[in-house]
Amino acid sequence: MSLISKRKDSVAVVGVGTTDYGALAGHDATSLGIWALRNAAEDAGINLHDIDGLICQRLTDYQKFVQITNTTPRLVTATPGAGRMTGGTIQIAVQAILSGMLDTVAVVYGNDGRSAGARYGGKGDNYGTGADQMWFPYGMTSPGAVHAMLFQRHAAMYGTTNEQLGAISVAFRKHAALNPAAVMRKPISMDDYLASKFICEPLRLLDYCLINDGGVALILTGGDRAKDMKQRPVYVRGLAQVSRLAQGELPDDFGFAAMQRAAKTVYEMAEVNREDIDALMIYDNFTPIVIFALEGFGFCPQGEGGRFVEGGTLELGGRFPTNTNGGHLSESYMQGWNLQAEAIRQLRGGLAERQVPDTQLVQYLQGGPLCTSIIYGRDAS
Amino acid sequence: MHVDHLWKGCIVSDYTKPLPPITEQSKPFWDAARERRLQLPRCDHCGTFHTYFEPWCSHCGKEGVHWESLSGRGRIWANCRFHKVYFPGFAADSPYNVAMVELDEGPRLMTNIIGIPNGSLSEMPIGMQVEAVFVDVTDEVTLVKFRPAVGDPA
Repeated sequence: MSLISKRKDSVAVVGVGTTDYGALAGHDATSLGIWALRNAAEDAGINLHDIDGLICQRLTDYQKFVQITNTTPRLVTATPGAGRMTGGTIQIAVQAILSGMLDTVAVVYGNDGRSAGARYGGKGDNYGTGADQMWFPYGMTSPGAVHAMLFQRHAAMYGTTNEQLGAISVAFRKHAALNPAAVMRKPISMDDYLASKFICEPLRLLDYCLINDGGVALILTGGDRAKDMKQRPVYVRGLAQVSRLAQGELPDDFGFAAMQRAAKTVYEMAEVNREDIDALMIYDNFTPIVIFALEGFGFCPQGEGGRFVEGGTLELGGRFPTNTNGGHLSESYMQGWNLQAEAIRQLRGGLAERQVPDTQLVQYLQGGPLCTSIIYGRDAS
Repeated sequence: MHVDHLWKGCIVSDYTKPLPPITEQSKPFWDAARERRLQLPRCDHCGTFHTYFEPWCSHCGKEGVHWESLSGRGRIWANCRFHKVYFPGFAADSPYNVAMVELDEGPRLMTNIIGIPNGSLSEMPIGMQVEAVFVDVTDEVTLVKFRPAVGDPA
C-alpha cells in the first residue's frame, strides 16, 4: 500500500543529535539547531556535506543556518514552529527519500523559547478563526486552557479524574530521574502533584510541559545506504497523519476519529499490531492529551484512558513504557523532537536504567490537531 | 459638555482587558450586542450558524451568509478557571472562569459565567442551562456573558 510496505528497509534514521536542554545563553534557535545537527552528523559518521536535504523546524532562519553550516543541500525548507508540525516535517523527509529525489535528509529543530521568553497564551497567541475577536475579551487563551476545557468534558463524560492525570505526571518524572539530560529529575509523588498550584483549573503546574532551550536533529537515509553506516539503523516502518483542524481547537470527540484513521494507516503500513509495540512516545504538552491519544490510537476503548494509565501502565516495567526520557513534562518541551530521539535511542539499546528490555518497535503518538503516528523498528521487518 | 467628554474618555481608558478588534466583518456581531441581541452569521444554503466572520460555510462549503438573531439560551459545554494571569487586565479578577456555551441553535461561544456566588467550577457544571447577559464594558463594546438560566427551562 505504500513504498514502505513494499520494501521494509526503505527509510532509516542513521543519526540522532541533541543539545543540552535548559537555559542556554548565547545560543539562538539557529545556533541550537547547528549544535544538534553537528552531533547528529558525528553520530551518523558523516560530513555535513553529505546531507542533501535540509528541513528546519521552529528555527526559521534557514538561510543563516545554511550559511553557517556552509552546505549545499538540494532541498531547503522550513516548517512553522508549532509542535503539531513535527510529524509532517518527518513525513516530508521520508517522502523525499522514498521518491528517490534525495539520498540523505536532515530534519533540524532549534528552540530558544526559554531564553527568548516564549509565551503560550496572551495577546500574541492568536491562531485559527480569531481568538482576538471571540476569546481574548473573556480572558480565554493558551493551549493549556484548551486542554483544561477538554479534560473537563472528558471528566464529565467518562469520569476521568485529576489523580489519573497525576499518574501520568508522576510516571514521566520517574523516568526523568533516570535520564541525566532531563531538566526536572526530582521524583514527585501524587501528593506533590495534587499540591502543585493551579495554572488553569483543573490543570496544575505539573500537568504542563517545560519550556526550555534546546535542539534536536535526525538524519534519515535509504535502507541500502543505512546498512553500511556507523550506527545500527532504525527503520521508519510506518507514518500517518490525519488532521482534525476543521473541528477547531475543541473537537467534540477529542480527536478520536482522526486518530483512529491515522492508527489504521500506520499499522497497515508497518504491518504490525498494537500488541507488538514495546514502548510509546506520546506528545505531552499537557497531561490530558496523553489520555486522548491512548484512546484515539486504540490502546484502550474510548473513555477508558484515565483508568488505563492507572497502576503503572506507562511506567518502565509496565505494559507500555511511555516517554522514557521524561517527555515534555519532565525532560524538556522539545515539541515532539526529543520523543523521536528517545524512540531511536531505545531501539539502538544501551540506555542503562531507563532501557526498555529487548525493544523491537516504538510508536510515536501525537494527539492533535495534526494527529500523527510514526512506528520505528529495530529491524526492517 | 467639555467635562462630560473627558469623563467618558476616562471610563474607556480604565478598561484594561482585551477588547475585540471590531472589523468590517465582525461589526454586526458587536453592534447587535450593544443592542442586547445575540446574532451570528448563518449560511444562506444549509442554515448552519458560524462563530467566524467569513462568507464561506464550513459545513456545506457554499458562499453566502446572513445575520440572524439567536435565543441567547444554551448550556455550558466546557469550563475552566484561570489562576495564571495572561492578560494584565484580568489580574484583579484571578481566579476567573471561562466557559464554552453551546447555544440551543448549535453554535458555541467562549464566554464568562456571571452570578456564580463562590466562583467555583462546581457551581457551573457542564450541561448547566444558561442565558445571555449583555455587559457594556466600553462605549463601543458590549460583551456577551452568560448566567444560570432563570427563565422557564427549555
